[in-house]
Amino acid sequence: MSLQEAENAIIEEFSMYEEWLDKYEYLIELGKSLKDYPESEKTDDKLIKGCQSRVWLSHKVEDGIIRFNADSDAIITKGIISLLIGLYSGRTAQEILSSDFSVVEKIGLKENLSPTRANGLVSMIGRIRDIAKCNL
Amino acid sequence: MDVNYIRSMFPALSRKVYGKDLVYFDNAATSQRVQSVIDEWNRISAESNANIHRAVHRLADEATQAYEQARDAVRGFLNAGSREEIVFTSGTTAAINLVAFSYGEAFVSEGDEVIVTEAEHHSNIVPWQLMCRRKGAVLKVLPVDDNGCLETDKLDDLISPRTKIMAVTHISNVLGIVNPVRDIVRKCHEKGVPVLVDGAQGAVHCKVDVQDLDCDFYVFSGHKLYAATGTGVLYGKKRWLDAMPPYMGGGEMVGTVTFAETTFAPLPMKFEAGTQNFASAATLKQAIKFINLLNDNKLEEYYNGIRDYLLDTLTSDSRIRLYGVPCGTNEEKIPLFSFSVDGVHHEDLALILDKMGIAVRSGQMCAEPLMDRFGVTGMLRVSVAPYNTMEEAEYFVKCLNKAIEMLS
Repeated sequence: MSLQEAENAIIEEFSMYEEWLDKYEYLIELGKSLKDYPESEKTDDKLIKGCQSRVWLSHKVEDGIIRFNADSDAIITKGIISLLIGLYSGRTAQEILSSDFSVVEKIGLKENLSPTRANGLVSMIGRIRDIAKCNL
Repeated sequence: MDVNYIRSMFPALSRKVYGKDLVYFDNAATSQRVQSVIDEWNRISAESNANIHRAVHRLADEATQAYEQARDAVRGFLNAGSREEIVFTSGTTAAINLVAFSYGEAFVSEGDEVIVTEAEHHSNIVPWQLMCRRKGAVLKVLPVDDNGCLETDKLDDLISPRTKIMAVTHISNVLGIVNPVRDIVRKCHEKGVPVLVDGAQGAVHCKVDVQDLDCDFYVFSGHKLYAATGTGVLYGKKRWLDAMPPYMGGGEMVGTVTFAETTFAPLPMKFEAGTQNFASAATLKQAIKFINLLNDNKLEEYYNGIRDYLLDTLTSDSRIRLYGVPCGTNEEKIPLFSFSVDGVHHEDLALILDKMGIAVRSGQMCAEPLMDRFGVTGMLRVSVAPYNTMEEAEYFVKCLNKAIEMLS
């Protein structure tokens, strides 16, 4: 699936839920599905600044493909970063940077989060973009 | 009088959030505004908007009168000896900063000591830290026990001949237990130490009589007390306020000004530099009128019923750890509950509850040392006001259970 197709699939998935509570339920499930994140990777350089809850994001590059892994102490935040990883992990830097990341606005995530969480979301996206830029 | 009548006086309480009835349980942060407060602010803004204490024209006179009447109302509310002892500030934080600075300038020198408690919010820690840094003084801390009660038996050992002031909260914004401030004041006074009582929560929940309490300073905020935001009160005994230098200069806080020498206005204006937030301060009168209305047996019984229900429910749930549990019959708990849930992040809970229409607080609650004391990164806090209903409390418990299930 191309990145754009994946983004559209998420937008469609989210539009199925009318109530925000259901959308949260979906995010919680996404958070729980995130694979184990090693304690040794919970270092300050992996910590994303600007989030109220703690979020760590690590990555590996193999043959030009960037793979992300992440963790958070809050499950909804974990769901959000899981959603982003689902979209942008396993792709090339070029693919990642071709996205305008408007998906988070289209699913209404940004305006429905508390301002501190919305800032956290911006920081998460910023970190993913930075990592992609360093691996162009 | 019943709670529905009280509710009808608060326009915000009838609104909906996400299509659900708002349940406002973040009252310890800011209470909702009573209609009479909103009306008074609008009236002054629309009709009597003029700078106070200076011009002779009609509008200025009306604005000045509204402002000074609020001072009289506050004097009565605290049972202060005189209106000169009531200084308007922008809030609790500003009032504590004023005392920490001006008292510090007059009375604190290198090697002196200041006592605060572990139960304080940042506003009653940081101003004293700043003062200690400026003066080379030492900050000492009276601890709380595992239940969240002050270990007042340790106070005698903490006070030394170098102790210059003690600052203590009437009720912690996290623990919700009424501290024995009267005993603390007595103990401190026996050793000649004046006491500042932080009444940010206390003024809302307790009948305060500063003369009976005999505290040297008492401070509180208007916005937690149904009044407009940006308002606050510093009560100070006249002999202290007289002996303290001004905190800020400018406006009508002066006697005469020349480039060589300035003399200062008498109390309380000596501490009210610049144009005051008069439209907001004036609303304190209406807020106090409203509080007097709450002095009703039936209402109090109902309100205490909500407190007992929440206390029982939260303490009997094994998944929940409540902070600030009354351990003896002497401790009075107000309907303010901070807790954490095993394996569930407080912020997740707050987010889910918000979508259910319930406003609660999550995080460190401006009291990081207290979070460290209990070994948590944050808590969830539910704080109830006299306009909240038992149905809301029951709905909250139902929603909390659902949120915990979703998140576990």
